[in-house]
Amino acid sequence: MNLTLHVWRQKNAAARGRFVTYPASDVSPDMSFLEMLDVVNEALIAGGEDPIAFDHDCREGICGTCGMMIDGQAHGPRRATTACQLHMRTYRDGDEITIEPWRADAFPVVKDLVVDRSAFDRIVAAGGFITARTGSAPDGNAVPVPKAAADLAMDAAACIGCGACVAACPNASAMLFTAAKVSHLGLLPQGQPERHTRVRGMVAQMDAEGFGTCTNHFECEAACPKSISVRFIARMNRDYLVATLADRGEPASAEGGTG
Amino acid sequence: MSANAIPTPLRLNRTTGRTSSFLASSIGRKVVMALTGLVLFGYVVVHMLGNLQIYLGPAALNAYAVKLRAMPALLWGVRVLLFASAVLHVWAAVSLTRANVAARGIGYRERRNRESTYASRTMRWSGVILLLFIVYHLLHLTLGTVHPGFVPGDVYHNVVRGFQMGIAPFFYVLAMLALGLHMYHGVWSLMQTVGLSHPRYDRLRYAFAAFITALVVLGNLSFPIAVMTGLLKDRSSSRAATAARR
Amino acid sequence: MELRSNVPEGPIERKWEKHRFEMKLVNPANKRKHTILMVGSGLAGASAAASLAELGYNVKCYCYQDSPRRAHSIAAQGGINAAKNYQNDGDSVFRLFYDTVKGGDYRSREGNVYRLAELSVEIIDQCVAQGVPFAREYGGLLANRSFGGAQVSRTFYARGQTGQQLLLGAYQALERQIGLGKVEMFSRHEMLDLVLVDGRARGIVTRDMVTGEIESHAGDAVVLGTGGYGNVFYLATYAKGANATAIWRAYKKGAAFANPCFTQIHPTCIPVTGEHQSKLTLMSESLRNDGRIWVPKKARDPRPPNQIPEEDRDYYLERQYPSFGNLVPRDVASRAAKRVADEGRGVGPGGFGVYLDFADAIKRLGANVIGEKYGNLFEMYERITAENPYQVPMRIYPAIHYTMGGLWVDYNLMSTVPGLHVIGEANFSDHGANRLGASALMQGLADGYFVMPYTVGHYLASNKIEKLATDHSAFRQAEAAVADRVRSLLGIGGQRSVDSFHRELGRIMWEYCGMARNQGGLETALEKIPALREQFWREAKVPGENEELNQSLEKAGRVADFLELAELICLDALERRESCGGHFREEFQTPDGEARRDDENFCHVAAWEYAGQGQKPIRHVEPLSFEYVHPSQRSYK
Ligand SMILES: Cc1cc2nc3c(=O)[nH]c(=O)nc-3n(C[C@H](O)[C@H](O)[C@H](O)COP(=O)(O)OP(=O)(O)OC[C@H]3O[C@@H](n4cnc5c(N)ncnc54)[C@H](O)[C@@H]3O)c2cc1C
Ligand code: HEM
Ligand code: FES
Repeated sequence: MNLTLHVWRQKNAAARGRFVTYPASDVSPDMSFLEMLDVVNEALIAGGEDPIAFDHDCREGICGTCGMMIDGQAHGPRRATTACQLHMRTYRDGDEITIEPWRADAFPVVKDLVVDRSAFDRIVAAGGFITARTGSAPDGNAVPVPKAAADLAMDAAACIGCGACVAACPNASAMLFTAAKVSHLGLLPQGQPERHTRVRGMVAQMDAEGFGTCTNHFECEAACPKSISVRFIARMNRDYLVATLADRGEPASAEGGTG
Repeated sequence: MSANAIPTPLRLNRTTGRTSSFLASSIGRKVVMALTGLVLFGYVVVHMLGNLQIYLGPAALNAYAVKLRAMPALLWGVRVLLFASAVLHVWAAVSLTRANVAARGIGYRERRNRESTYASRTMRWSGVILLLFIVYHLLHLTLGTVHPGFVPGDVYHNVVRGFQMGIAPFFYVLAMLALGLHMYHGVWSLMQTVGLSHPRYDRLRYAFAAFITALVVLGNLSFPIAVMTGLLKDRSSSRAATAARR
Repeated sequence: MELRSNVPEGPIERKWEKHRFEMKLVNPANKRKHTILMVGSGLAGASAAASLAELGYNVKCYCYQDSPRRAHSIAAQGGINAAKNYQNDGDSVFRLFYDTVKGGDYRSREGNVYRLAELSVEIIDQCVAQGVPFAREYGGLLANRSFGGAQVSRTFYARGQTGQQLLLGAYQALERQIGLGKVEMFSRHEMLDLVLVDGRARGIVTRDMVTGEIESHAGDAVVLGTGGYGNVFYLATYAKGANATAIWRAYKKGAAFANPCFTQIHPTCIPVTGEHQSKLTLMSESLRNDGRIWVPKKARDPRPPNQIPEEDRDYYLERQYPSFGNLVPRDVASRAAKRVADEGRGVGPGGFGVYLDFADAIKRLGANVIGEKYGNLFEMYERITAENPYQVPMRIYPAIHYTMGGLWVDYNLMSTVPGLHVIGEANFSDHGANRLGASALMQGLADGYFVMPYTVGHYLASNKIEKLATDHSAFRQAEAAVADRVRSLLGIGGQRSVDSFHRELGRIMWEYCGMARNQGGLETALEKIPALREQFWREAKVPGENEELNQSLEKAGRVADFLELAELICLDALERRESCGGHFREEFQTPDGEARRDDENFCHVAAWEYAGQGQKPIRHVEPLSFEYVHPSQRSYK
């Protein structure tokens, strides 16, 4: 089939971008969306033009590197599917497709469809962990974890950090991403000691990065390639409230020694 | 693009107080909005139920008004609470909306929504309509400033007379539609915001929101409709008014 | 070059403990004076970086993705082995050790493998403490499954996303250290050279993939955890960015490359659909627990699978290997698939596929049970192929999946370059000629969490390491060489895209150095590869410039290295005149087509030393001896 693409081209973070139209010819329905872009790029290279830059790595829907707005939907029209797993049989001959980068001020464009998502890393660094120094762990079965809690924690932990939630949110909010990590760790017994500092730290960092706030549109859940539930957002809100109410101030030497 | 050390949550907390960091945070302000919204919605429900007494006739309604006025502490307590809630609510709404707009400087050329609703996307507009309406409503039926034939104390007369004239009923109807939208999204949304969520009951949140919204909106809409269809007439108003004044 | 394995003396179960005691320690106050450069943030790299930082060292960590969380370890589905014996089914450290040595077809070092089995137990504890949401039983204890044909249930898993969850655990520990300022993270930085000063590894040169800046980083020790080199085959289950550049640069600076021809082919991948194919997707091996593998008895049978009656089907694994059936090890299953495809009995487009059929399992257990076990894999398959495996059998075919070879390391995981340590898939250490399922994750984490913190310290404590800044002439030279190379890549000025060269290289490798190899084929490959390389340097087209995000340039650099490495792989395969594990030389097989080892002549590690541009590399040998597990012919009949 033959398609027409309208692609956002932007040379670098500082440059101004614009849409450029490209034909995509002889597209096979078995191709993935990214393989279709590969073919377009081969043609661009042959014609002496700069190929379209887009992020990708595993191409099997797990690393979270790929991500682009396809016809106004994060990762394209198929639910629970990353762009790399979207196949061209979704499209018909003659279709026009608009491709844009994730749009959020906290995710500045690096080039074309590539954005900088390091804000997510900083949110994790602000508390998205359980402090378990290597070598200090008790036996794996010392603390039983109810299966239901472990399963729910796994649902939250399935997040691939692709940023589709932010991209799809009308407010460019990172609540689903943050809530998934807060919930994953907060549901497990191992995560209890740091539960309050974790949620407060991560939310503070999330706000500082300049993401928007949640107004419960739930576009994030619909766009999430792992279908992570917005219930985790409610759970994080609850945790945050409790953490604020329960917080009796930190001891003066909270970080004693490790730094 | 290398990440540098960032202040840990603990360092952050020691310099800022608990309340101010809560109010500075996005979730904190959302909670303020939810709780103040709850107060306002609660009032709207009670207000609508109280007003239903209009169908019992002028005496009943006006007597209800007298009763309320006889308890100034309660009356002023509620007014202060409502005013404070409205101010906080609008403050939170404005500051969060500004953050949300700023979070996406460059928008999409194309965007398709999948899960959001008309109500959720228009909260800020339905809210603005409500704010304007509240001001109008106070001037219209509480202070009488913009009322064509305001009789202090004769609530029944003021309502019926107020809805017989000009654009007032239309504005009222428009405001109720806005209220419906704001309330439907607001009611279940506030549950999500304060963390009331459970896989088994989440669906009930929508049903509850729809029910309470329908109740309030239909109840409130019935007043102008009843007046315009002639179901409620301005009988014996002056007698009741004098009675009330005595 | 001398290959000293440095495996400590003494009984095998005491070696590591004894060694730990004998290793020197760095004074706690001095740790922060040492900088360690950790290249890679996969399971091996992230766990090492976090653990070293926890000890107090300054760590700099590098990855080519935009975040350390995206390293290819994330793609591992099946699970991680550990000799916990929680199932009470007879597992033990010794059994895991035994299985791994045997599974590796007696081409690994006993001392290293035993330590790996020993540490496996601690890995699970560590990961649980970090909050890795492993599958649990109803009582709340950890669940296990049997994996890759193991006779005991020792595999721990987190749905079909074990690698992801383990990596996120390590990544979170790493981010914590980044937040505390102990690790400086360099994402989107590609290591392009290793810097030696006085014969020791003292730094690296990287390219900032956003700005193009070529930068030097100095340290007291360098650790490479840069993953496997399977992308030399172009079509593989690796991430698109996976590369050999870091280890190849180190090789050219003097680190020996061990057993490059030991590559693993995974039997259950989704077959190729066309020329556009950019990578192959693995379907977890666990599918073989319930799926039955078959092909039509008749060559080129045109009927759709559901219309082929039982008597016209050949369940070839069950027929040839009655006791292991569909659960034979990867190399055996892969070669069997190739044999039937070569006979023209393959299915699907091009005939490069065999059926993996769940009809019987669904009949026996119900679609629900199968859905619960494999639902996400079935969905993934359907997304890619548009076929529903509940109704039609899956089509699968082998693909390149893992590289057992890698930089040679001793017991301390140090390469032949002092100060250069190599961990995870990038080294050659523990899997011999074939890796067992669920043991790569184990090895990566053992290396990172539990070996590096000791052996790097030992290296730092037992050597006097001078202070050094990046203005040293060695850095200047390396930077200039890197910049030069970038310039020449951009200046090739041909017409052909880099991808097309990579694809062609992949075809050569798959054809002549894939599942089955022979002398003639390898000699052909050894002619074709240099010719292709020359053509690349003449005719490739690398658009754009250095001072920007330039994905074509990144690719070009990697492919240029693959074009050199491919030759070494074929050379190694040619010289190893025996069949063992994943290395199958057609000349060396038993009458019924199984691999025939030659323990007399090839019971050793082949480690290649770079001898300079255009020179034939030098093959060194580290003999292997087996005191505890006695080599025997592997049999899965
Ligand atoms: C699809 C698939 C499924 C698998 N399933 C299993 C399984 O079930 N069980 C199991 O045990 N094993 C499995 N494996 C194998 C296992 O996942 C890998 O062997 C292992 O994760 C490798 O980890 P690593 O840390 O060595 O490397 P990787 O995770 O590959 O990390 C490499 C790191 O190095 C960085 N890097 C690479 N080159 C450079 C450079 N030049 N400059 C800077 N940084 C660089 C990368 O950015 C990355 O951070 C699977 C592998 C694949 C592909
Ligand atoms: C005065 C003008 C008002 C403005 C500008 C306004 C604006 C907003 C905005 C922007 C939101 C958040 C949008 C969202 O969550 O999707 C919101 C939420 C809400 N509003 Fe209002 N509003 C106003 C009046 C009211 C009134 C009069 C009520 C009650 C009668 C009310 C009740 C609520 C509730 C309950 C919420 C939900 C909070 C949550 O999401 O948790 N608002 N409002
Ligand atoms: S490329 Fe890894 S998720 Fe798409």
